[in-house]
Amino acid sequence: MISSFLEQYMSTTLQCLKLLDAYLLYILLTRALQLSYCLLLRTFPFNSLLSGFMSCVGSFILAVCLRIEINPQNKGDFQGISPERAFTDFLFASAILHLVVMKLVS
Amino acid sequence: SRRGEGQDARAAGSCPAPLGTWAGEATVSRTHAGGPGPGPAPLAGGLSQPAGWQSLLSFTILFLAWLAGFSSRLFAVIRFESIIHEFDPWFNYRSTHHLASHGFYEFLNWFDERAWYPLGRIVGGTVYPGLMVTAGLIHWILNMLNITVHIRDVCVFLAPIFSGLTSISTFLLTRELWNQGAGLLAACFIAIVPGYISRSVAGSFDNEGIAIFALQFTYYLWVKSVKTGSVSWTICCCLSYFYMVSAWGGYVFIINLIPLHVFVLLLMQRYSKRVYIAYSTFYIVGLILSMQIPFVGFQPIRTSEHMAAAGVFALIQAYAFLQYLRDRLTKQEFQTLFFLGVSLAAGAVFLSVIYLTYTGEWHQGWKYAKIHIPIIASVSEHQPTTWVSFFFDLHILVCTFPAGLWFCIKNINDERVFVALYAISAVYFAGVMVRLMLTLTPVVCMLSAIAFSNVFEHYLGDDLKRENPPVEDSLGPNIKSIVTMLMLMLLMMFAVHCTWVTSNAYSSPSIVLASYNHDGTRNILDDFREAYYWLRQNTDEHARVMSWWDYGYQIAGMANRTTLVDNNTWNNSHIALVGKAMSSNETAAYKIMRSLDVDYVLIIFGGVIGYSGDDINKFLWMVRIAEGEHPKDIRESDYFTPQGEFRVDKAGSPTLLNCLMYKMSYYRFGEMQLDFRTPPGFDRTRNAEIGNKDIKFKHLEEAFTSEHWLVRIYKVKQLQNRETLDHKPRVTNILSKQKYLSKKVGSQGNYPTKVGSGLSGRW
Repeated sequence: MISSFLEQYMSTTLQCLKLLDAYLLYILLTRALQLSYCLLLRTFPFNSLLSGFMSCVGSFILAVCLRIEINPQNKGDFQGISPERAFTDFLFASAILHLVVMKLVS
Repeated sequence: SRRGEGQDARAAGSCPAPLGTWAGEATVSRTHAGGPGPGPAPLAGGLSQPAGWQSLLSFTILFLAWLAGFSSRLFAVIRFESIIHEFDPWFNYRSTHHLASHGFYEFLNWFDERAWYPLGRIVGGTVYPGLMVTAGLIHWILNMLNITVHIRDVCVFLAPIFSGLTSISTFLLTRELWNQGAGLLAACFIAIVPGYISRSVAGSFDNEGIAIFALQFTYYLWVKSVKTGSVSWTICCCLSYFYMVSAWGGYVFIINLIPLHVFVLLLMQRYSKRVYIAYSTFYIVGLILSMQIPFVGFQPIRTSEHMAAAGVFALIQAYAFLQYLRDRLTKQEFQTLFFLGVSLAAGAVFLSVIYLTYTGEWHQGWKYAKIHIPIIASVSEHQPTTWVSFFFDLHILVCTFPAGLWFCIKNINDERVFVALYAISAVYFAGVMVRLMLTLTPVVCMLSAIAFSNVFEHYLGDDLKRENPPVEDSLGPNIKSIVTMLMLMLLMMFAVHCTWVTSNAYSSPSIVLASYNHDGTRNILDDFREAYYWLRQNTDEHARVMSWWDYGYQIAGMANRTTLVDNNTWNNSHIALVGKAMSSNETAAYKIMRSLDVDYVLIIFGGVIGYSGDDINKFLWMVRIAEGEHPKDIRESDYFTPQGEFRVDKAGSPTLLNCLMYKMSYYRFGEMQLDFRTPPGFDRTRNAEIGNKDIKFKHLEEAFTSEHWLVRIYKVKQLQNRETLDHKPRVTNILSKQKYLSKKVGSQGNYPTKVGSGLSGRW
């Protein structure tokens, strides 16, 4: 099942979407690293830990939203949202997210 | 040019249909599909640029609604003066004053040592700063523009101004749900409805004044983001949610209603990618924004009230991922089975979480709190709502709102699911507590507006000029005009009722009392302010005042003195200690007062003017709260007569007649004769002649009594320098005096010597 899924995935997805998927994978790896730190070592600066988690999860979600919005198969769902607009939204949302994350880290 | 206007009206996203028809959903799609032709045609002869007229009309109506809402809240300011009302607003005003004079960081890190002596209160971490920051910001901006406004005036008029903004956001929300006509009606309703006015009148400087605006605006942005699926609308919704979290503890309502909406959409098979984008972004960014408020802290990931949102977040991630997989894989049956099984399991887990948090912990904790903690039970706003309150606060809207709900459910789509859930949950909460009528009011206004709009569209629209006249409609024009007239009369009665209720019931400052003589002239009773200003000007700056917790904020705000307990009621044992002092006899109370360093005691006594909110009427609550902490010393049954009555006259129980509260209230009252018909010492509030008229104090002395004896202040005397003896001194001289005197006087002649006269004169 997994091999057939991978084969279909490699052949049918666009280049830009594959790039986004690589970014998503990177975020997942960072998250796994943070989780292992939390479990193995300590959770003492709790708000820093939380802000790190939120930053990971937030970026992941925003990237997934971007991927959904620029996928040409989904054009029917989103009238009036061009890929440029989707990307601008992504930048705006990431800016707000990271502003708040920086506030929470300290 | 008309064609250009028509195209502009259509291209602007959610812009409504042209002026000719106050159309419902179906007719809108028909006119849009047909192009700009059939739509504006019926009124082509009368109006050019109908879209322009429409926006002018909307703007004028919204402006008038704002003006009406603002003016309707000014009764108290016109009758009395621009003053902060009630109790809680005085604390908010004091905090805002601190913010305006010392700056934002000082406010955020403020530790108040003049409240809850000797414990103090961490204000920065136990308050919702949105209200103070909003008022402070407006004050700062106006002063930057050299419009010098005092901070008190900004605080007094903040709520009426925000009521106008609430009208506008209700208009936007209802327009998203139904159409522009319903939106305008909803804006007008919420501008004057008494349920909202009760908490946002001028002078009532409290969180709800700005919180309802934040609530409606957040809901509008949420509906918009579910409709469009765009991330920028969702981020705006998160920022508005952040403002709501900073403003009111009722933000928990939002963070539970939105996940519930998403969950019900999933159950109704209305899942779409827009919902996924909207909710995921909202949850994450909203979560991290809500943790910026110090008072909220890490609660969103710890307490059970926020767990539903997390559960739905996990559920929707799983659902979306499975949807994605299903598109990829070809094994149809296995896949759908797998999909169903996992979603059912996730749903079961989520439901159990909901069950545990709502019915298990939270609801049970709430019930426990209501019954077993007398402080919460004693607040009058926490009592269940009666039918009279529903009608009083909402008038005909409460009758028409089920009709609006039915219309919404009949023509269901994603956002109408949301408003139906909002209505159902708000009705439940409003039935539990009177105070939560406020959360019901916006949704009632919206749904009634939808009902009225539907009726008017049906009976006012001109059937002959539509391209498809409705089939079942065969009523003559007479019946239509009769129905329209009846509806208009209902609306006019609604407006009259709202104004009457606002004027009579919700516009009393409660710090200044007014009574009217039989010839109509007004008698102002300004005793509270008189007493607080006496305290401010005649006592030491660091004096400590003990009173019941109701008056703590007012004493701190107006008299600027340190208080022991106030309306925050965060420390039950401290309040119980004060209650014990008030209910014990003078000696025991004096010990407690010495241990707490009390300098002055303040009580409210209404026996002279018949004021029924005084401390003797609240006395049983003091006893109950004290008994909760000190059951061995205070027993509630001691204060009743053997027959079980609470009486202040001669037949009252001796414990009551000797307790500190009784003595302080009725000191010197026995000499006062109010009326020729009643004996001296007749208490007008309890309608009884008092039992103990000859009251003497050992450790207190009367410091101040206001003009109508409403407020009485007593000074606590220090310990005496020298204790008086209560026995006669011992006699230690054993020799007889007579022998000495005759010997000395005889030898020296007339001159008395020092020794002799000294000895005889000493005793």
